Amino acid sequence: MTLHTSTIVVPRSTARAWARFGENLGYAIGLPILLLVIWGVWASASPAAFFPSPLIIFDAFVDTWVGPAFVTDVLPSLGRLAVGIVLSVVLGVVAGTLIGLVRWLRELLEPMLEFFRAIPPPVLIPIVAVLLGPTDSMKITVIVAGSVWPVLLNTIDGVRSTDSVMTETAHSFALTPWERIRYLVLPAASPRIMAGTRQSLSIALILMVISEMFYSSSGLGYRIVYFQRNYLIAEMWSGILLLGLIGVLLAVIFGFVERRVLRWYHGIKEVERA
Amino acid sequence: MPDTLLKVEHLKKVYESMTGNVEAIGDISFEMEPGELVCIVGPSGCGKTTLLKCIAGLLKPTAGRVQLDGKAVVAPPPSMALVFQEYGRSLYPWLTVRGNVELPLKHKKLSRAERDRLIDDALVAVGLEHSAKSYPWQLSGGMQQRVAIARAVAYQPEVLIMDEPFAAVDAQTRADLEDLVRALHRERGMSILFVTHDIDESVYLGERVIVLSKSPTWVQEDLAIDLAAERDQITTRALPRFTELRTHVYEQIQRAKRGEAVRPGATAA
Repeated sequence: MTLHTSTIVVPRSTARAWARFGENLGYAIGLPILLLVIWGVWASASPAAFFPSPLIIFDAFVDTWVGPAFVTDVLPSLGRLAVGIVLSVVLGVVAGTLIGLVRWLRELLEPMLEFFRAIPPPVLIPIVAVLLGPTDSMKITVIVAGSVWPVLLNTIDGVRSTDSVMTETAHSFALTPWERIRYLVLPAASPRIMAGTRQSLSIALILMVISEMFYSSSGLGYRIVYFQRNYLIAEMWSGILLLGLIGVLLAVIFGFVERRVLRWYHGIKEVERA
Repeated sequence: MPDTLLKVEHLKKVYESMTGNVEAIGDISFEMEPGELVCIVGPSGCGKTTLLKCIAGLLKPTAGRVQLDGKAVVAPPPSMALVFQEYGRSLYPWLTVRGNVELPLKHKKLSRAERDRLIDDALVAVGLEHSAKSYPWQLSGGMQQRVAIARAVAYQPEVLIMDEPFAAVDAQTRADLEDLVRALHRERGMSILFVTHDIDESVYLGERVIVLSKSPTWVQEDLAIDLAAERDQITTRALPRFTELRTHVYEQIQRAKRGEAVRPGATAA
């Protein structure tokens, strides 16, 4: 009385994989290219000072950002963004797990969390700037103050909605509290945590730029405002283009991490759909 | 005569709620010896799951005591393993089959080799040695329940408690899983407390069948099943004695549903 099972793996031919990759790429960049062409034609047909053609912006992009500005402005911005995101996720997950698991803590904090969450983070910039000065910590504080919320609130919800039978299973096998968090609570909440992180990324990018627009002497936000004030319109647009590219890069990295972390989750969804 | 393994004394459970108190379990007492396979049957809604949760230390009884090996059960004891009806919600989908079986062993002080041996042995026992690297959701319902059984087997419990484990699988899978439980009991001498609403299943599996009354529940009958230890889905179920026993249990359940059986010691209304 033995039953044998194995997961069926259908080998995919490399040629077809490449064809599929090409097709996806075509869809991904088709529309942007079309829009660029329209913009280019429009800009040359009726030139406007504030809307230079994409070719001019591209030239400005290379001149502005490829070179020392990359080290003096782009890298510091990216560094603060990265630290801000990592801190937000770590803080949000740790605090969210605690609040989600401890009932009295949750009842104590929930009204206050709603209040702090409702404050638009940019208004913190003047206060934090007074407290910390025009430093990196000021900017990172602003980023964290805004982007911690989606992670925190989603983690609380995810932790609270852990399946009751899974929890009873952990109890009946007398798992230690740490094992329960590591092997049950965190994985069970991980789809929600990832959804929160996805929201946090865009908030963090916005706050990175805004925090650099005031009380700053370097960074992408600072540069864009500087170009605008000096009527360097193409350069200003090239900064905005760079921000968009950073956003795309963040989404790609996030997608990669999410596929790894939530492999089981997407697997279940696939089985359910089949 | 071996010592008592599990002793349930005058167990009572009342659920308190805003709309009033519900007495789920009235007064249940029974004993189980090491190496026994005891089935508990009762009409639906008679508090079988409540009883199991009290025995497993997951629920606090309102009155009465549960003792395992002479020690009172107040929290889930380490020498007890549970198999739930909802296998899909009892296995962790982010762990592989092997990971699920391994999880409860992590805090037992075992060497790596010893742990691996227990896992391999348990997977072979349930016939899943080739699916160790799969995820539970890649398997059929019956196989998922086998994973849950393997996890309980590897845990090396003194008593294995199963809560309607096969209620959600199809009839053919169910027959295979019943034989698996018989095999674990016979070959490994496991003590098993098996809760079911299926009368045939209780008679086929058990050496004793405890029939519960309707809620508030008490033990209506404690019936010894005098069938041979070697059982077979076809021949055992065709025996006249099997039919007699199942008819008897069936009648008891019907009486329980109608509330005809009188609780011993209770004053007649």
